Amino acid sequence: MAAIAQGGFREPNLLMKMASRPTAMAGLVIIIVMIALALLAPVISPYDPAQLAVRNRLLPPSWQNLFGTDDLGRDVFTRVLYSGRTSITVGFAVVIFASIIGVFLGLMAGFFRRLDAPVSRLIDAMMAFPDILLAIALVAALGASATNVVIALGVVYAPRLARVVRASTLVIRELPYVEAARALGVPTPIILVRHVLRNLTSPLLVQATFIFANAILAEAGLSFLGVGISPDIPTWGTMISVGRQYLDQAPWIMWFPGGAIIITVLSLQLVGDGLRDFLDPRLAKDV
Amino acid sequence: MLRSALNRIFGMAIVMALVVTIVFVIVRVTPGDPAAVMLGPDATAADIASLRERLGLNASIPEQFISYVGGVLRGDFGQSIFLNMPVTDALWQRAEPTFFLTVFSLGIATLIALPVGVLSAYWRGSIFDQAATTLAMFAASIPSFWLGLIFMQFFAVKLGWFDTSGYGGPGASFGTRMHHLVLPAVTLGLISSALITRFTRASMLDVLNDDYVRTARSKGMSEWRVVVKHALKNALIPILTVVGLTAALLISGAIVTETVFGLPGVGSLIVSAVLRRDYPLIQGALLVVAGLYVLVNFIIDMLYLVVDPRVRY
Repeated sequence: MAAIAQGGFREPNLLMKMASRPTAMAGLVIIIVMIALALLAPVISPYDPAQLAVRNRLLPPSWQNLFGTDDLGRDVFTRVLYSGRTSITVGFAVVIFASIIGVFLGLMAGFFRRLDAPVSRLIDAMMAFPDILLAIALVAALGASATNVVIALGVVYAPRLARVVRASTLVIRELPYVEAARALGVPTPIILVRHVLRNLTSPLLVQATFIFANAILAEAGLSFLGVGISPDIPTWGTMISVGRQYLDQAPWIMWFPGGAIIITVLSLQLVGDGLRDFLDPRLAKDV
Repeated sequence: MLRSALNRIFGMAIVMALVVTIVFVIVRVTPGDPAAVMLGPDATAADIASLRERLGLNASIPEQFISYVGGVLRGDFGQSIFLNMPVTDALWQRAEPTFFLTVFSLGIATLIALPVGVLSAYWRGSIFDQAATTLAMFAASIPSFWLGLIFMQFFAVKLGWFDTSGYGGPGASFGTRMHHLVLPAVTLGLISSALITRFTRASMLDVLNDDYVRTARSKGMSEWRVVVKHALKNALIPILTVVGLTAALLISGAIVTETVFGLPGVGSLIVSAVLRRDYPLIQGALLVVAGLYVLVNFIIDMLYLVVDPRVRY
């Protein structure tokens, strides 16, 4: 808890600490590269991701088409880059949305004793649904679109964040400076934001990184099943779902988007693991 | 102990009540008329009206809720719209592949994870530990459906050892059906082993530094007995928790894996229910899966209570 009490996240040498851990640093660098590749897609690739060239369909990887071409002759490398935009954006949006709900619920449960039992039971009930199952049920109810996928996955992951926030809030609530602020008559909402929330950044950041990783996997699953983002929008999941139909003739269509998912998710996990070790030494020995 | 048990039963009842409420609410968040959404854009007004009648959507929301809860308590989860049969029958018909898939994947996952996790903790920081930890993290980063497709491409398409999909067709022998489960079970098992390995390692690390382990060593006990009889025995409860909860969560993996391998199980039934907007079936599946999860959780808590006299709820 020492890191929390000092507001670990705002320590200036976080990056330097990360540098001392090669795996975490490698994860961070790879994530930045993946985001850069997605953003710079039009600069990097000479092709249009939607450009049809039926004569070039199902070509194996070559110097012209690094990752080969798909069933409509589109360049797989280009589509993997553009898909990264959607997949990474959706993952990030899920983190933001889940954090907003999760922090709110967690603060309420952790800070106000009376709300603890009802909110905690609600969190328990939400966590009883496996993530993909609850997400597809919500998307089925809300309608399939990128926005609704973000909402559904946000609702799915919010309880996990809420649990972490609640646990930390229970500790922070009893610390002397919160008591002091109360004694001085600081209004509760200001105590919550200035004294409690600001000291929650470390555990929150660690959880957010893992949720980012899970959200990318879950989005890919939903898109693969065809119950999420429209198949017309390139995402890593929809690409694999197309590649599945050409498994025997052109397996590269699904190899490369899968590889992109693994690299992105693995590097996020490495970063999350590293962050947890620096920011919350108490947990470092677990897992 | 009785009081603790009663407390947990009460807690479980509340969580189950909330689960039922969430399942009821999910369908009501549909923008517009659920009956119209289910029937699609070509439905006539009369069709919609009759489906509304069948689903009881004309009653007020509190009335609908009471009749829904009443049905669930009697074991009646409603009628599937497209299959035209009770939801419980529809789920039951598809239970076999999902049941065996879950059992086999869990078996594979535990057989890998238990020894690897224990040795990882025992040789903490060694090359073995680092390799195992890295591999577990890698496995947790692989989308299960993608791994399934890779296996399918190699073992079914290229080597021809297995059929690419299905469950052997109607009337297939038990052996044929199980043969169709090999690739899906290996896929799910490998991916689930990641989580169980991490937990096994963490629980073992917790106990390996405990006093009784040191005492056992100083008595001159063999290392094997110290690790297996003393440490593992104590680490086993948290490990069992994860194994139990993984079992309940495997349905999530089953949804994707069954779709990849074309297995006619509960998972692929759920996907087709979602694609056809068969809300009663989706609700029934949610209830059964979440109910199992809560139940497994409860059984584990009760086991703790029996096994460890210090535990109180």
